[in-house]
Amino acid sequence: MNVNLTLIINMIFFAVFVWFCMKFVWPYIMGAIEERQNKIAEGLAASERSQKDLELAQEKAAEILREAKSQSAELVDSAKKRHTEIVDSAKDDARAEADKIKSGAQAEIEQEVNRAREQLRSKVATLAVAGAEKVIERNIDEAANNDMFDKLVEDL
Amino acid sequence: MASSENLDSVGYIKHHLQNLQVCKTDQGWVWNQCQDAGFWAINVDSLLFAFLLGALFCFSFWRVAKNAKIENPGKWQSIVEMIVEFVDKSVKDTFHGKNPLIAPLALTIFMWVILMNMMDWIPVDLLPWVAEQTNVHVLGNEPHTSYLKFLPTADVNITFSLSIGVFLLILFYSVKVKGIGGFVGELTLHPFSSKNKFVQVLLIPVNLLMETIGLIAKPISLGLRLFGNLYAAELLFILIAILMSTGIGGFVGGFISYMGWAIFHILVIPLQAFIFMMLTIVYLSQAHEDH
Repeated sequence: MNVNLTLIINMIFFAVFVWFCMKFVWPYIMGAIEERQNKIAEGLAASERSQKDLELAQEKAAEILREAKSQSAELVDSAKKRHTEIVDSAKDDARAEADKIKSGAQAEIEQEVNRAREQLRSKVATLAVAGAEKVIERNIDEAANNDMFDKLVEDL
Repeated sequence: MASSENLDSVGYIKHHLQNLQVCKTDQGWVWNQCQDAGFWAINVDSLLFAFLLGALFCFSFWRVAKNAKIENPGKWQSIVEMIVEFVDKSVKDTFHGKNPLIAPLALTIFMWVILMNMMDWIPVDLLPWVAEQTNVHVLGNEPHTSYLKFLPTADVNITFSLSIGVFLLILFYSVKVKGIGGFVGELTLHPFSSKNKFVQVLLIPVNLLMETIGLIAKPISLGLRLFGNLYAAELLFILIAILMSTGIGGFVGGFISYMGWAIFHILVIPLQAFIFMMLTIVYLSQAHEDH
């Protein structure tokens, strides 16, 4: 194991290789690695962002759904209320109409009754006159009789 | 064992641990006669394999870097990214400053050392046999002149070139971050300090000695740890290979131990590379810390 010129020459080789590695190898490989790391980090960040967006959208959708539900419930409630209102008013109307019809009918009946009574009254008068005419053959004073019968009729 | 027939065991081991060297002598550049050349010899095999493996690392990672896809990375890119991220994490856990050199340096050390260590798994006689065939039949030399030690990290020059390179960076960043005054202060005023000026002056040489030893120990331990592990691994592989040449029983026993030792190195090879890388990061992060 003699130390000789080999040492110096190999030191030159060493320097050349290190220089070569520093200039042409290391920066490019390290650059590729770092660029890939950046890309992966960016991709992960993007996926995280989109995940967050998705969560946000889901929350929003849920909120809209909730709102729609409450709105529809409100609608149903008001519709029910309106329904009872309509039914009640219809009932009232029907009752009023029925009352009106009933009172009309009663008035008519009364009218009919009155008319019948009138007719009856006039018929009774003529009937009485005719009867009396037959009973009393001799009719002297028609006018005096009529007065008398009118008075009789009025007393009926 | 092509060349062991006319060599004894010691010769076989020595042959395997002998680098293919070239050096300049009075007769010009010569091969394999460099025992007296001292510093001015070159271990051609270590350098060749170290360079090829480093270039393999640079080329394969550069191809991935050039064609890096962001959306749909291929299998090879995924493996490379896994290694890069592992190194990056190790650096970020330990080194808190901002220095664009540290991470690529750590990656280069880790991959280069691991690739060089992996040469350990190639059977000890395979590449030397190829080299010998080439040497004898193509180049027309004598068989005993063919040497090849193909595990670069079992060569102390290679491990020390890495650790001394790291050491120079430690010195550079220590001075750059703390200034020369700060660095000298760190070497002389710690760990012993005193409010009394006179006592402080007396303590300076002690501190300087301790801190200098601590500083020098960094590259030496770094280089020797890697060298020692891989040298021992290679030596044991060679010894097992000798065992395998001693008859049928030796072959079976050797085969099993060779396999066991190779499996054990699934742990050792990346571990040594990781330790080298980690300590480099730690030392450089210490160099950046201002007390």
